[in-house]
Amino acid sequence: MEQNDITICRCEDITLGEIREQIALGKHTIEEIKRACRAGMGPCQGRTCAPLIANEIAKATGKPISEIPLAKFRPSTLPIKMASLLGGEKHD
Amino acid sequence: MIKSADVVVIGGGVVGCSTAYNLAKLGAGKVVVLEKNYLASGSTGRCGAGMRMQWGTETNCLLSRESVKMLSHLPELLNVDVDIEFTQNGYLMPAYSEKMAEQFKQNLVLQNSLAIPAKWVTPEESLEIVPFLNTKGMLGATYCAEDGHCNPFKVTEAYAQAAKKLQVEIYTNTQVLGIVTENGKIVSVRTNQGDIQTDTVVNAAGGYAKEVGRMVGVELPIFPERHEILVTEPVEPTMGPMVMSFYHNLYCQQSPHGSFIMGIGHPNEPEGYDINSSWQFLRDMVERVVEILPPLAGLNIVRQWAGLYDMCPDRTPILGNSPQLQRFYTAAGFSGHGFMISPITGQLMAEMIVGKPTAFPIQMFDAGRFERGELFVEPSVV
Ligand SMILES: Cc1cc2nc3c(=O)[nH]c(=O)nc-3n(C[C@H](O)[C@H](O)[C@H](O)COP(=O)(O)OP(=O)(O)OC[C@H]3O[C@@H](n4cnc5c(N)ncnc54)[C@H](O)[C@@H]3O)c2cc1C
Repeated sequence: MEQNDITICRCEDITLGEIREQIALGKHTIEEIKRACRAGMGPCQGRTCAPLIANEIAKATGKPISEIPLAKFRPSTLPIKMASLLGGEKHD
Repeated sequence: MIKSADVVVIGGGVVGCSTAYNLAKLGAGKVVVLEKNYLASGSTGRCGAGMRMQWGTETNCLLSRESVKMLSHLPELLNVDVDIEFTQNGYLMPAYSEKMAEQFKQNLVLQNSLAIPAKWVTPEESLEIVPFLNTKGMLGATYCAEDGHCNPFKVTEAYAQAAKKLQVEIYTNTQVLGIVTENGKIVSVRTNQGDIQTDTVVNAAGGYAKEVGRMVGVELPIFPERHEILVTEPVEPTMGPMVMSFYHNLYCQQSPHGSFIMGIGHPNEPEGYDINSSWQFLRDMVERVVEILPPLAGLNIVRQWAGLYDMCPDRTPILGNSPQLQRFYTAAGFSGHGFMISPITGQLMAEMIVGKPTAFPIQMFDAGRFERGELFVEPSVV
């Protein structure tokens, strides 16, 4: 298997090749890469892919990995079914 | 960073990028875009991504109609290789009261007179368009099959790439701190990366447009208002159009990716820059959306976020010069629908700035209209 075919974001099926493409286009933060190709936009919000992407950015830009900011984690922490937010006080 | 420019555009959202591209295309000279974060980091990247031509004022109908035309072949128009995910699956807008139905029918007359193919549909016909719609209480709806969706990150990227090809310089991570004027003229823009001499500034700062106005002593009536939004897990394509209900104050559509994107407007949202998410939104959103689209209750919500609407008192943007200061142009106050009209907005702004006749008359949308009391009230906004 080509290295570029390795899946980096499992939720959104984004490969290493696609991440490298975005970095080559000048997207040097996880936030920008996420918006350009959806990596990190799936249900796990980048828990797996964010460190891998940060590593690629660090390699490409020569910056220490500590200087690559993580993307924002947004609520909800885990996917939550709409139905479980319904009901409650109104039906008591 | 560059030391001088013919035009400095403040804001790297879709409007700033579209304006910069059009300026360069019309030969405005050296054009620079300054963005404090990254491109589309403001409202543009947080929006619902819908585009509709069903409006209540002639201007909004025209601006959106022309923009949809441009979006339908934007990559070719800009000569860039970016898939903007343009789809036309329509907007269905149900009416629940006689008054609302009356207003919608009035809007339809206007829309049809401008060649916008919207029509009235009965509750039964609505079910052919969205089979799982709960039609309880509905008197009917308006439907325009040519409304739709576009990816806001990609549209911004397309304009940015096209602008760069025309030698526009785009500086991200560059915040404008002030604008220096002398004798009623702009002389330079101060940023955290240095100063740029210029005599022309475009304020495309979205929710921050008022702050940028204050940098030159111009008080714009634009104010920021938080709007929350959420996205579900992706599922098979099941819902074609955007469903937008003014009665429930909500909109909901399935994106080409398969996820459902939805938001509500909150009548008591205070003015401010807060873009934090709230659990109250989740509760309200789910309760209301499940009422009209019941099967959505089975979907998982994967993420919620919020963004700013750059509100204008009459819900129509300010496009133009400020009477108080020469060559200080504003393109803001989009009141929740700036993404879909960004293609034509950028063109009109550029035409005005280089002194060409504009494709549509827009002089009346200058910031001076509030003092003159000439408002353009858009009735159809969530
Ligand atoms: C939840 C939500 C849903 C929406 N849904 C839709 C929809 O379905 N359809 C639609 O058409 N519209 C929608 N909108 C509205 C749409 O997002 C906006 O009208 C549009 O994106 C405005 O684009 P803009 O370029 O003017 O502003 P922005 O995208 O906000 O761009 C302004 C930029 O200026 C930058 N900036 C600000 N101050 C400074 C400074 N001092 N120095 C440098 N940079 C600065 C900001 O960082 C920002 O990136 C929605 C908005 C929200 C919040």
